[in-house]
Amino acid sequence: MGIKSLDELKALRDKLKTDINVRASGEIKSNTRVIVGMATCGIAAGARPVFSAMVDEARLLDLARVTFVQSGCMGACHSEPTVEVRVPGEEPILYGNVTPETARDIIRKHIRSGELVQNLIIGRPFETV
Amino acid sequence: MSAYRMHLLVCGGTGCRASESKLLAENLQALVMTAGMGREVQVVITGCFGFCEKGPIVKVLPDNVFYVEVKPSDAEEIVSEHVLKGRPVDRLLYVEPEQKGKVSSHGEMPFYKKQLRIALRNCGFINPEDIEEYISVDGYQALGKVLTEMTPEALVTLMKKSGLRGRGGGGFPTGLKWEAAARNRADVKYIICNADEGDPGAFMDRSILEGDPHSVLESMAIAGYATGARFGYIYIRAEYPLAVHRLEIAIAQAQQMGLLGERIFGTGFSFDIAIKFGAGAFVCGEETALIHSIEGERGEPTNKPPFPAESGLWGKPTCVNNVETFANVPPIILKGAEWFASIGSEKSKGTKVFALAGKINNVGLVEVPMGIRLREIIFDIGGGIRDGKKFKSVQTGGPSGGCIPASALDTPMDYENLTCIGSMMGSGGMIVLDEDDCMVNVAKFYLEFTCDESCGKCTPCRVGNKRLHEALTRITEGKGTMADLDNLKELGAIIKDTALCGLGQTSPNPVLSTMKYFWDEYLAHVVDKKCPAGVCTALLSYYILPGKCIGCTACKRVCPASCISGEVKKVHEIDQARCIKCGACLKACKFGAISKK
Repeated sequence: MGIKSLDELKALRDKLKTDINVRASGEIKSNTRVIVGMATCGIAAGARPVFSAMVDEARLLDLARVTFVQSGCMGACHSEPTVEVRVPGEEPILYGNVTPETARDIIRKHIRSGELVQNLIIGRPFETV
Repeated sequence: MSAYRMHLLVCGGTGCRASESKLLAENLQALVMTAGMGREVQVVITGCFGFCEKGPIVKVLPDNVFYVEVKPSDAEEIVSEHVLKGRPVDRLLYVEPEQKGKVSSHGEMPFYKKQLRIALRNCGFINPEDIEEYISVDGYQALGKVLTEMTPEALVTLMKKSGLRGRGGGGFPTGLKWEAAARNRADVKYIICNADEGDPGAFMDRSILEGDPHSVLESMAIAGYATGARFGYIYIRAEYPLAVHRLEIAIAQAQQMGLLGERIFGTGFSFDIAIKFGAGAFVCGEETALIHSIEGERGEPTNKPPFPAESGLWGKPTCVNNVETFANVPPIILKGAEWFASIGSEKSKGTKVFALAGKINNVGLVEVPMGIRLREIIFDIGGGIRDGKKFKSVQTGGPSGGCIPASALDTPMDYENLTCIGSMMGSGGMIVLDEDDCMVNVAKFYLEFTCDESCGKCTPCRVGNKRLHEALTRITEGKGTMADLDNLKELGAIIKDTALCGLGQTSPNPVLSTMKYFWDEYLAHVVDKKCPAGVCTALLSYYILPGKCIGCTACKRVCPASCISGEVKKVHEIDQARCIKCGACLKACKFGAISKK
């Protein structure tokens, strides 16, 4: 098939873009991503209850457009369980030493109201290009 | 492509393929199919991730998990643990050597942290053998934009404003090159992509062609529009079979889609590309020699002027740009000249890809903003020197470059500064040397290379480099004199001034720079007849330290020259006259009783 104009190319790109975006940002870009470190260190420190508490809280509050991803070790093993919140268009925030209770706080404050849970922040993870 | 929930990116660069990444990808694909997830999980073979030290690399997305040193047999665990259960395979994660902490996400690895990828933006991200993947990341949009919205003059102005300079080594402003070719009127003009990557240790051009071939094709067409050329050649060495293979696929796909060929995007502009193979001569990286090689003549340089922009391939105006230079063009057009010019240092804009090699922990490809300090590249990104040894020098720019000492580690890396400290950007090879490397020997190594690769056309290069090499050989054999040192300096300067092309004009750089920064090592070889690094065998002696030798006879048993004498439990001795300096005794001794001086 030949591409006869720039508009045709743009249309093809837009059609193909959705799938490459899964690769580019992990999920649909408009979604907030909550990434829980669930490598050995995270799980040993209690990341699983943290993960389920967050999913549960989001369900209770009926929050849409949030994607929960379990990941490996973020490298901050000293502060596991860690939760990284990536709101589109904002700097990613890394929380450490999260418990199931404070995890619910993160959902309520950060995800729902856009208010950071200051005392849990351990540093900003690296920004990817 | 359909909507997959998970992508397994497997590096298909030459380095990882040599470690069976192809079989690994096949295993992953088969296991994914067996698990019934063929519609959910996609296995993609990509170009080089740059972290060749730890290859083969597998990256899992959207989880953004980065696996290193993955074997074909690891496929099962990745699929059963990670793909099925969402549990990353801990043992395959990258261990950061400084903190010993495992790092899964690639953005958090020190190796990637300070990098900014423009030329390598798609390497390790898209499947280079699928044009649709390139299109999905804005591929060919830049070509579409220039053809439909810009005049060739405006395009040249944009390139000039961006400040992009040739990445092959010379650093000539790309916009000016295009302008010169555009200005010269002729019925036929040519674009040439110089993919004759020759510096020992440099492999960025290969990686770009293997990982993102379409970006080069697109840029060549853009350059064609700017200069008025409608045909392009890619001059690539035949020993890059994978790059050639992927280029061939890419050209065929682009032609099929009408992105190369007649009347692109329905405009009046037509452009096509063919591949020309080089036989791997270093001098053919020089543009006039390269042009002669395409013409079927001997690969020898000719005097400039006339520059190729006036009279190049078959006497027609020709614009020759390097692979990495081309790879920078589409983002400049899509994001603007100001964006590009905001990156880098005052006179060197954008980023540069460096190939890290030698005694460094993270061997691989890195792309960093111009002006970054050498220290950051070597210690932060490169992970420091292997085995905890001491940094001595870094050789940049290959056989045309020089050796940079520790005192210049804080020099910002750009064209001007590197030239200022006696080296050059070159194509971006960076060979790190530690305390065990002898600088005289390193200079000799590069001279050996230039002597081999000199085409022989001009006398300064053909004869001069030979004389330099002979003097260096005498010095490393302990037969050097102070007069040799004076001659090296004088002859080096003459060759630089009088050689015909870039090869000869820069070939004395490794000698002159090491003499400038490591003069004491030259003196030690000539005056004391010693090689401080313990490399030059003719200047070495092995001794047994009586205080440490316990008479275990281990050295005596391994000595191939049978020149070690001594009885059990008594101190041994090496007969210096018969010693062949092989170092076997040093390796065999468990008590540190052998000394090398």
